[in-house]
Amino acid sequence: MFQTLAVRKAQGTQYIADLRAARPAGFRGKPLIADTACAPNCRACTEACPTDAIVLNPAGADAVAIDLGACVMCGDCAPVCPSQKFSFNNDVKLCATSREGLVVTAARPNIDPVQVSAALKGRFGRSLKLRSVSAGGCNGCEMEVNAWGNVNFDIGRYGIDMVASPRHADGLVLTGPISRNMMTALHIAWEAMPEPKLVIAVGACAISGGVFAQSDALNRDFLDTFKPALYVPGCPAHPLTFISGIMDLLGI
Amino acid sequence: MMPDTTMPATPMQALAACDLKTQDLTSFAAFVAQCQQALAADCRLISLFGRSALPNEPAGVIVTAVLLPPGQSPRVLRGHATPGQSYPSLTARFPAAQIFERELWEQTGLVPEGHPWLKPVRFEGARQGQMGSYPFFKVRGAEVHEVGVGPIHAGVIEPGHFRFMCHGEQVQHLEIQLGYQHRGVEALLLKKAPERLTPLVESIVGDSAVAYAWAFSNALEYLAHQSVGLATLTSRAVGLELERLAMHLATLNGLATDIAYLQAAATYGRLRTAIINASQRACGNRFGRGWIRPGAAVPIGDTLRQDLLATLRAFLPDFQQVNGLMQSSRSARARFQGVGSVSLQAARDLGLTGVVARASGLSLDLRHALPGSVYGRHPLPPITQASGDCWARMCQRMQEAQSSTHWLLDRLADPALRLGDEPDPHAPQTQPFNWTLQANALCISLVEGVRGPVMLALETDANGRLVHAKVQDPSSANWFGLAFALRKQQISDFPICNKSFDLSYCGNDL
Repeated sequence: MFQTLAVRKAQGTQYIADLRAARPAGFRGKPLIADTACAPNCRACTEACPTDAIVLNPAGADAVAIDLGACVMCGDCAPVCPSQKFSFNNDVKLCATSREGLVVTAARPNIDPVQVSAALKGRFGRSLKLRSVSAGGCNGCEMEVNAWGNVNFDIGRYGIDMVASPRHADGLVLTGPISRNMMTALHIAWEAMPEPKLVIAVGACAISGGVFAQSDALNRDFLDTFKPALYVPGCPAHPLTFISGIMDLLGI
Repeated sequence: MMPDTTMPATPMQALAACDLKTQDLTSFAAFVAQCQQALAADCRLISLFGRSALPNEPAGVIVTAVLLPPGQSPRVLRGHATPGQSYPSLTARFPAAQIFERELWEQTGLVPEGHPWLKPVRFEGARQGQMGSYPFFKVRGAEVHEVGVGPIHAGVIEPGHFRFMCHGEQVQHLEIQLGYQHRGVEALLLKKAPERLTPLVESIVGDSAVAYAWAFSNALEYLAHQSVGLATLTSRAVGLELERLAMHLATLNGLATDIAYLQAAATYGRLRTAIINASQRACGNRFGRGWIRPGAAVPIGDTLRQDLLATLRAFLPDFQQVNGLMQSSRSARARFQGVGSVSLQAARDLGLTGVVARASGLSLDLRHALPGSVYGRHPLPPITQASGDCWARMCQRMQEAQSSTHWLLDRLADPALRLGDEPDPHAPQTQPFNWTLQANALCISLVEGVRGPVMLALETDANGRLVHAKVQDPSSANWFGLAFALRKQQISDFPICNKSFDLSYCGNDL
């Protein structure tokens, strides 16, 4: 009894009161591209990038673009660039509602803010039940999805919960690059969910294949048919990235 | 002459290497006989794998066995088999070989004659997408029934299929079908230049990113003839022990959740957050990604050192307090004790490894067996339990996490350490790593991750290009241990057995 009370006292109050204002200390999140000239014919960054997330367009005004849908925020481009164009900050607001919207450049350093969807706010603004499907995930994103509901982030306070059955779910949280061995199970889970329903793609693997994009053990046809309502970048996606994105989308 | 190269350094390094130029391949029959002899002499089988012969080699399969003799450095055996060659199965006499022979068969087509359980490990290659064709063991008779669960489970967890074969309430056997997470990791490791590989290696098992990155960097540094200093190695060990601590906390959180002990679950969850956020302040990522790169590790300067010390000093009393609460809870004890027991003999016979084996009394830990310079200078005490049940696995994790915390506090508080001196993987490069790899070499690198030994084997051709990569996660050997632990238990015991093992799906599926 006294032990229980002592543990409770040590636990204190852990929830993050203002999730919108929270910025994780030290997080290597959003890439920043300096507006400096590239060295002639230099491809050091693209040769270091593990996911081909960096696209060079030397002739254009905006010579370097990073696709946050593929970027794993490893930071390996930064030390190899002779012009020191790359740095990362701890901004977590990285979500977008379209695949194309995930690209940043020196001239367009920020992802467009996620706009409130009137349809989704009306349907799910006060209650959103989500079913997780890991389709080739490495357990990084899966552990971060679990963290959404822990004592720190506590998204249950907004009526957002993970549920056990797809029959009870409004949305499918997809993690992993979609292995061929998991493709059928993913389709079955999706078909078991009642309409209306949405897909949320969490992490670089789900969005683009991530570090596994070149593998021939994947089948990503699912995403050709069912476009995600929200793309949540990261490797793994930080809980606050998802939380800020979903709060914006649902107008919470 | 059989290649049998060991590293001369003292203390023993978790590394084995062969210069393939000076090597004559033994015949497959002789190779199998050598494996038999080694296993009979109490060597542990770490890995058994093969690859198709290169164009300049005789057609067939080049096979490699990695063995760990007691008290010695790893031994590497190599042999040559003809396509589809069969051989007398090692498993008949040494059950610990079962998963390795299955994997060798699935990847190369070499047939272990008399293997009692020759089934796909992960449905790779031509078997991809045929998950419905798994040949399940069948039980028949009155009052016999089967329950299938997965691949998708109730919680947020990786996929795998579990089939319980029951007589009444009692589980006679649990069969585990894996492979759903197969991403073709080993083939991918050969598709990209080594410079671009570390983030992929960190994603093989995302909750063990530091262990994998260390094993990979160790192998690459050997092949590139570059060494790193003690400060870099110590920083890596700090990252690895923080990862171990965080994962043990995640398991303890899960165990408390599975017995509906919400206070302990919430507390372990909160404590894990403190540890992974400290990793993030060190390297930018809550899972230790970016902590290690070939030739480099995060520099632990004085600010970071004080930060980590303050985090761990605040963590330790709260961790001990909640452990005390959990261990004194009668309902926790009643639920965990005597459930999912694996005896010492069974653990040894099945070749269980890592934390699971230690909970059954098997004192196996690469940090002791092959400590290298950091753990050699500053050893951790060996920890084992006797009972091998869910309770033992819980206590094992508590004690290992506590031991790692003390070790970290000692290292970080040591005034003789100059941890700020190592190269920062994210700083502009002054002396870039030289990625030219030694030609015709095989390097096998081992790291004791949270679940046990993580192995990476990298082989180069005559041009110094990677031609084969083999990954061996400790989970592969331990999944059968979970199936074994469920025998004579009830299906309702599965969640706590599964969580107390806490094995990796993606580590098995690759």
